[in-house]
Amino acid sequence: MGKMFKLTTGAAVAFVAGVGVAAAGNAPGVTDTEIKIGNTNPYSGPASVYSTIGKSISACFNQVNAEGGINGRKINFITYDDGYSPPKTKEQIRKLVEKDKVALTFQTLGTPTNSAIHKYMNKKKVPHLFVATGATKWGQPKKFPWTMGFQPNYQTIGRIFGNYILQNHPTSKVAVLYQNDDYGKDYVIGVKDAMGDKYKQQVVKEASYEVTDPTVASQIISLKNSGADVLVNISIPKFAAQAIKKMDAIGWKPTHLLNDVAATIASTYKPAGLEKSKGIISVTYLKDPNDPEWKDDAEIKEWRAFMTKYYPKGDINNAFNVYGWAVCSLMINVLERAGNDLSRDNIMKMAASFKKFRVRGTLPGIVANTGPDDFYPVEQMQMVRFDGKGNVRFGPVISAETSSE
Amino acid sequence: MTTSTLPDTEMKSGGAPRRANPADRLRVFGVSLPWIRRVSILIGLALALFLPFYMEGFGVFQLTQVLYLSIAVLGLNLLTGFTGQFSLGHSAFMAIGAYTAGIMMDQWEVPYYLTIVPAGIVCFAAGFLFGLPALRLEGLYLALATFALAVAAPQLLKYEHFEPFTGGVQGLDLLKPDSPIAFLSNDQWWYYFSLFFGVLLFIAAWNLVRGRTGRAMIAIRDNPIAASTMGINLSLYKSVTFGVSGIYCGVAGALSAIVVEFIAPESFTFIFAILLLIGMVIGGIASIPAAIIGGAFILYVPNFSEMAVDFFFGGDPASKALVWISFGAAMIIVVYIMPMGVAGFVKRNLRRLAR
Repeated sequence: MGKMFKLTTGAAVAFVAGVGVAAAGNAPGVTDTEIKIGNTNPYSGPASVYSTIGKSISACFNQVNAEGGINGRKINFITYDDGYSPPKTKEQIRKLVEKDKVALTFQTLGTPTNSAIHKYMNKKKVPHLFVATGATKWGQPKKFPWTMGFQPNYQTIGRIFGNYILQNHPTSKVAVLYQNDDYGKDYVIGVKDAMGDKYKQQVVKEASYEVTDPTVASQIISLKNSGADVLVNISIPKFAAQAIKKMDAIGWKPTHLLNDVAATIASTYKPAGLEKSKGIISVTYLKDPNDPEWKDDAEIKEWRAFMTKYYPKGDINNAFNVYGWAVCSLMINVLERAGNDLSRDNIMKMAASFKKFRVRGTLPGIVANTGPDDFYPVEQMQMVRFDGKGNVRFGPVISAETSSE
Repeated sequence: MTTSTLPDTEMKSGGAPRRANPADRLRVFGVSLPWIRRVSILIGLALALFLPFYMEGFGVFQLTQVLYLSIAVLGLNLLTGFTGQFSLGHSAFMAIGAYTAGIMMDQWEVPYYLTIVPAGIVCFAAGFLFGLPALRLEGLYLALATFALAVAAPQLLKYEHFEPFTGGVQGLDLLKPDSPIAFLSNDQWWYYFSLFFGVLLFIAAWNLVRGRTGRAMIAIRDNPIAASTMGINLSLYKSVTFGVSGIYCGVAGALSAIVVEFIAPESFTFIFAILLLIGMVIGGIASIPAAIIGGAFILYVPNFSEMAVDFFFGGDPASKALVWISFGAAMIIVVYIMPMGVAGFVKRNLRRLAR
């Protein structure tokens, strides 16, 4: 309608009218040529290993802009460093919302950091989309209608492990190693949930480590001494690799269930030794760029081309860069479907109406589904076993639809 | 930093019977130094009172952060600047204050305005008790002991048996009511709320260092042996100063919890303790107004660094590593140009202009 008007009347009038239309309906930060999107990432501090996610997302929007933008609008992606400190996140987010006037925030990273802005975003009614954390609390559309998660949450994955033990090792003794924070504990809750009373009967030993610990060697020894023949290992790559090495050194060979966070070749299996990592079972939803299975995969090829052209400094062995590229496609799709109605309400509505949307970079068969009562976009995963070269999928794609409250 | 060369004439002037400080007779462009001091305090207060009406919400929020950071820097300055005891652990006292306020609000639904004083008291106790054994340590060893405190604090907050209170790694979400005064926005109200405590604590510090206690503190810094021969109970004074310093950080922590509305162990990492130390050194050691400059420095300069880097590199996140490098560069430049901190710099140049 705006365009018709422009054709018939003078350019100046049309310009004023255009601005008027945009101001009335659209979110702040949206003009005829631009959409402002805000983000915080730990570019410094203890969690800066994740910063490549922010960088790959920025590169992804650069590609979108180079190819003409979304419905004629360029993406202005403003990303700030919060150093993984919650007060800083709050400050940076307020700057984004109140000063930079972004239309929405996307992929703000971290559990404590997102917790610090959870209420603020919902009070201000700013879309707080596809947060980069696997905690379970991001899908509560009744209480927090402006916040939405992205990846399968940790509890869901914990449940998959629990079910696997019940089905395949119903009489085994189980040992659990976990990182002593929200991420580690969320997983354990999932395992407990799935195993019910059997958890107390089967789990003979739990050990935890702090993310600041130098090594988990002593934990592994005590877990071995418990006589367990199944290990549930909930650790980040650095510690997972240490555990694998230590287990090999002391000759402990339980069935090893390793969480998805660490089940990547470049960051865990290679440093630990590919041979020693053989047989490790995990779940995953992303394609690992090092896995020979995806060498000629069309999506991974597309991703490599993207990396070469738009993020040449990025590591093409780092699965986080696949993650950023994958989640970016959700954001693009939301804005595409929103068309010219870029009000915050409509953006949220579009985010909550994914119907079997194929998320690039995820395993074949994995799609995003959301609805007014389902704020968990990706909830499918598949179990994999490492064969010394790559993660071989087995069993069906598991749908763990946890409905939101 | 603990040398006796600091030209703090007004502190040495507190002796009884009071004699006129010869420096007070100096004039800069015909105005005497005490008047310059009085006028600048008035201008500062007027700015503090009216600035929030000329700023948007986010700017006021930042100012409020500067306020509580200044209070914490002042607390550290009382201990390190005036008494000469190093601490790299003041983030831990802020954490204790923040969690005292947070737990009171979250668990016992105490109104926020009643949490500030208890936070101060708890931190006084914590500081005093930590001070007792730690102050047998000198210089670097004390710095290490306090550093251990800063490193341990976030881990302790995550400890599972404290979790029902602290919320563990999830932190605490704090609810608080809206501004009770109709013409003040929420941000403005929190600003004035913090300003009230800030002014109170700054006046208290001013009185403290100009009195008997303050002279004892400075004597301990300048020459502990001489101080003890004069009858100053070193360990008592050191512990009490640790406690008082704790009060400041505790109140600052409680204010931060209320203003940010959320606390988590990650809010109080040892990096934060080091930032406080940077704020103190940049502002000026053993100077009270310098704490405000220090607080502003640690809040605004990282932001300016990020703005500058984003400006030169078009917001490309690949260049974000430069932010802290340019922060470091800014720090080096300030220390190079103003080795006594901003306050020392101002003071010295005023003296130079004076005749």
